Amino acid sequence: MKVSMKVNGAERSGDVEPRVLLVDFLRTNLRQTGTHIGCDTTSCGACTVLLDGEPVKSCTLLTVQVDGRSITTVEGLAGGATLSPVQAGFHEEHGLQCGFCTPGMMLVGTALLDRNPNPTEDEIRWAISGNICRCTGYMNIVKAIQHAAKAKAATPVGAAAGGE
Amino acid sequence: MFPAAFEYTAPASLDEALSVLAQRGDDAKVMAGGQSLIPLLKLRFAQPALIVDIGRLQGMSGFARSDGWLTIGALTKHVDIERSHDLPRQLSLLPEAAHWIADPLVRNQGTIGGSICHADPQGDWGSVMLALDADFVARSSRGERVIRAAEFFQGPFTTSLQADEILTEIRVAATTKPSAGAYNKLERKVGDFATVAVAVQVELDGGKISKAGIGLTSVGPTNLKATEAEKALIGKEPTDANIAEAAKLAAQAAEPKDDVRGSADFKKDVVRVFVQRGLKTAVARAKEAKA
Repeated sequence: MKVSMKVNGAERSGDVEPRVLLVDFLRTNLRQTGTHIGCDTTSCGACTVLLDGEPVKSCTLLTVQVDGRSITTVEGLAGGATLSPVQAGFHEEHGLQCGFCTPGMMLVGTALLDRNPNPTEDEIRWAISGNICRCTGYMNIVKAIQHAAKAKAATPVGAAAGGE
Repeated sequence: MFPAAFEYTAPASLDEALSVLAQRGDDAKVMAGGQSLIPLLKLRFAQPALIVDIGRLQGMSGFARSDGWLTIGALTKHVDIERSHDLPRQLSLLPEAAHWIADPLVRNQGTIGGSICHADPQGDWGSVMLALDADFVARSSRGERVIRAAEFFQGPFTTSLQADEILTEIRVAATTKPSAGAYNKLERKVGDFATVAVAVQVELDGGKISKAGIGLTSVGPTNLKATEAEKALIGKEPTDANIAEAAKLAAQAAEPKDDVRGSADFKKDVVRVFVQRGLKTAVARAKEAKA
């Protein structure tokens, strides 16, 4: 079936079997391999993408389901060479070790701050509760998102680089 | 993991979807958000010949109020119920339960109607619907009918919905009387199914309980309605003793099994504790809702 969607702002299209999962379309057809396959059973959140701005699991979506919609992957966070506030937060606070969960964590953090620019620690922990990290113990991931919230608050609206 | 191959159609209207089901209902599976169905397809526990994707149909999500009813579109996402701040206080059970479903990412895509039709005995909405005595509106090309929640859940993953029917909306009574509910859930971690969960809803009239609904999650072949416990509360004052008695009856109605999440005896006792705790919370909230 023919599908077309916006991926990180660019129109992309493809011809897929209905059973092709969105994560496989992104990785195999579009060669956007920043979206990871972790558990492949709707548990870990490594495959998180933003669907019209809200984080969802791309291993649990058919490509044909998102025909005509807008997807943001981790590749869409930075503005050229400039890290988005959440990416900068993960850099500054050492919010990753192996990096496997990081795309999902950053996308969830980005969506959270878009909706709630000043979240409490509990709200951050709840937001990332569908994303599993097996290295950091979450402490620095929470700090990274807090760092981004502070950075965004200190930056005039519209001046922040990247992100959606 | 890939699902087995299937045909896929995304009808442009409900009527078109119903006409597809009228012809091919027996081979088809209706998909809304896909958060229960797609995992089953990937594990190949489900291998339908045709998937009818109704997830993007317009006009089937959101809330409407009329004549003492709150109507919830079947395609309303869990997250939209979780974040709804304009529902009647009496129905705070809905956002409270939504908050406990799966994890935030699944709640962004999964729908209340899909979850109800999936009829997993470990699902949260079934118990909430039983506690609220909800009505389900089912449409087919033959017409429309209303199915009471208590008659909907027939067995594990089995409902009284016919192969050519689609659940279009959920109706719950929106009373102005002092009424409230509570959802208590024990889960090992976010995203795990409930070890046990209990939904309760009570209505008070002159200091006595005039209506009571109790739904049990993960302790039987379907979500269970604790009918005897409900009956025991009607016309009674919400005293500790009366609540404890109802909690005991609800625990007796539970049919849990020993599994990795705990022993049957343990789960029965969690039912008792959650019914007791839920009723006390609900009664306190109902008194506030009146004020």
